[in-house]
Amino acid sequence: MTARTLYEKLWESHFVRQDPDGTALLYIDRHLVHEVTSPQAFEGLALHGRKPWRIGSVVATADHNVPTQFREQGIADPISRLQVETLDQNVVKFHVKTYFGMKDHRQGIVHVIGPEQGATLPGMTVVCGDSHTSTHGAFAALAFGIGTSEVEHVLATQCLVTRKLKTMLIRAEGALPAGVTAKDLVLAIIGKIGTAGGTGHAIEFGGSAVRAQSMEGRMTICNMAIEAGARSGIVAVDEKTIEYLRGRPYAPQGEMFDKAAAYWRTLVSDPGARFDKVVEIEVAALKPQVTWGTSPEMVVSIEDRVPDPMKEKDPAKRGAIERALVYMGLEPNVAMTDIAIDKVFIGSCTNSRIEDLRAAAAVVKGRHIAANVKLALVVPGSGLVKTQAEKEGLDRVFLDSGFEWRDPGCSMCLGMNDDKLSAGERCASTSNRNFEGRQGAGGRTHLVSPEMAAAAAIAGHFVDIRRAH
Amino acid sequence: MEQFTVHTGLVAPLDRENVDTDAIIPKQFLKSIKRTGFGPHLFDAWRYLDVGEPGMDLSRRRLNPDFVLNQPRYKGASILLARKNFGCGSSREHAPWALQQGGFRAVIAPSFADIFFNNSFKNGFLPVVLKESEVEQLFREAAAAPAYKLTIDLAAQTVTTPGGTAMHFDVDASRKESLLNGWDEIGLTLRHADEIKAYEDRRKRTEPWIFA
Repeated sequence: MTARTLYEKLWESHFVRQDPDGTALLYIDRHLVHEVTSPQAFEGLALHGRKPWRIGSVVATADHNVPTQFREQGIADPISRLQVETLDQNVVKFHVKTYFGMKDHRQGIVHVIGPEQGATLPGMTVVCGDSHTSTHGAFAALAFGIGTSEVEHVLATQCLVTRKLKTMLIRAEGALPAGVTAKDLVLAIIGKIGTAGGTGHAIEFGGSAVRAQSMEGRMTICNMAIEAGARSGIVAVDEKTIEYLRGRPYAPQGEMFDKAAAYWRTLVSDPGARFDKVVEIEVAALKPQVTWGTSPEMVVSIEDRVPDPMKEKDPAKRGAIERALVYMGLEPNVAMTDIAIDKVFIGSCTNSRIEDLRAAAAVVKGRHIAANVKLALVVPGSGLVKTQAEKEGLDRVFLDSGFEWRDPGCSMCLGMNDDKLSAGERCASTSNRNFEGRQGAGGRTHLVSPEMAAAAAIAGHFVDIRRAH
Repeated sequence: MEQFTVHTGLVAPLDRENVDTDAIIPKQFLKSIKRTGFGPHLFDAWRYLDVGEPGMDLSRRRLNPDFVLNQPRYKGASILLARKNFGCGSSREHAPWALQQGGFRAVIAPSFADIFFNNSFKNGFLPVVLKESEVEQLFREAAAAPAYKLTIDLAAQTVTTPGGTAMHFDVDASRKESLLNGWDEIGLTLRHADEIKAYEDRRKRTEPWIFA
């Protein structure tokens, strides 16, 4: 038998049929649903008199619009409230069995709770009307974001009309230095291949640096595959994957778990499998990363300076740098460590898991945020992450340092609730997108790791975490 | 779904790379539970000088005179000319909805982000990939000629300039057929319901935990 990549194994095991032009029907195992991209899909089903094909595949939560404080008072914004209430109603109307609504203690960011509940399993196809669905690929699941029409299509048919992707292997070898995290690795990868580098591909992240990562770290890496243009990022199964899932509520139990695990262990790329593209990265000399512009590929190391457009020969790139610097309110050649910040956001589907909170808490413990930092938010990824952090006393550490300790949700990653930047405000953020206006109209986002965000909160400007202690 | 066959329309150039879906339709407008009403907020943060919120009185908003789509010469444009990696970022289908409701029928660029590209086809909104050199030529011609129009013929897979140059583009056969006919994709897939059920039966035997 020919050697197959992990992607090819996942594709072939979900393939229902194919047309002569290569268009295929792909079966979907898990459908994650949230309030923003689902109302029109449920409405479409009802309009056509269609029923969900397999409602048991649906796991729903409210995350994008939910407030992160005073939740018991409900949602103040009537438009946000209507959207969340519409999901509540659709859950009842369409008999969704697994729903973590705003008041459920297991509620959280859809990409945090899927794995946390064991609802994301190796060998599954996982879709959600959200581009960061790539996160679930950390479990060797073929996971990708879809639009609302496709949400409706999956609800109605349990399938997607799609085409086979090309494959890319990003092999990261070596040991990450102290203070350099999965977030820095994935930002460096995006800086190297660009925001369209993975377009049309499923990226498999491999190599010793990825193998050494915890499941949380692997989720951070796969989460940002979409920021490199790839709808899917995947990591092969190993014992860490299996141990993470053992005992999770929606994972198989007992003998069934062992049977499943035996299959899951086959979910690796075969030796000698051919990828359409291979990118090699040596990580031993990698430094903490900070974005300076309005695209995740606009990233440098903390030792670097803001780029000088005059040094860029390509006129399109020069124009993009100039435009980004104007938006970001930055001068060329300024040291990244001289950039002062106004706000700090620790959260999002990229970095809001327990390990992220532990790492940030270790940096801020016994210190206080700088006087120029107006707001420093910690938003846990789920109710269960929040509870665990409180059990460990992390909430006290953050509160004593001047941070606010909030309820779970997407929060200031995209500011659909009240958590946002005002025009001109500069934020050290552990989220995934530094697009114009992403965190609030006119807001300026710098993407960093949780440790780097925490250190910036204490210093009031970006600092090299490797020298911060 | 709305059909797309042949369309001739005024071209508006948007000369920047990596235009993301947050820029096409900012997040505050995603709170709607409807499929309509996004047109006035297309490129909201670039188009207006004030910060847009849902339900605002549009007549009182201040337009940004520097934004290309606000220039009188592009009023009524229905073909957007763009640069590479158009539509990157968030999966929001509100992006093609906003473009369509903002009067556009098609967007031409050297490359698109995957999810946006896919979402567009579901709505009868055509994303056309041309070579970088061809897109460059169209940008030059659109800047030089006022009222610059192109004709996009999906059946022939061509973009034709006023000078008569026909540029070929590729499109999947099944997507093309769906768009030409305005077919309902869900209805098409449900014709294969027996195959989907047979597939499920096989999987239930090999991976029963998926169906628990």
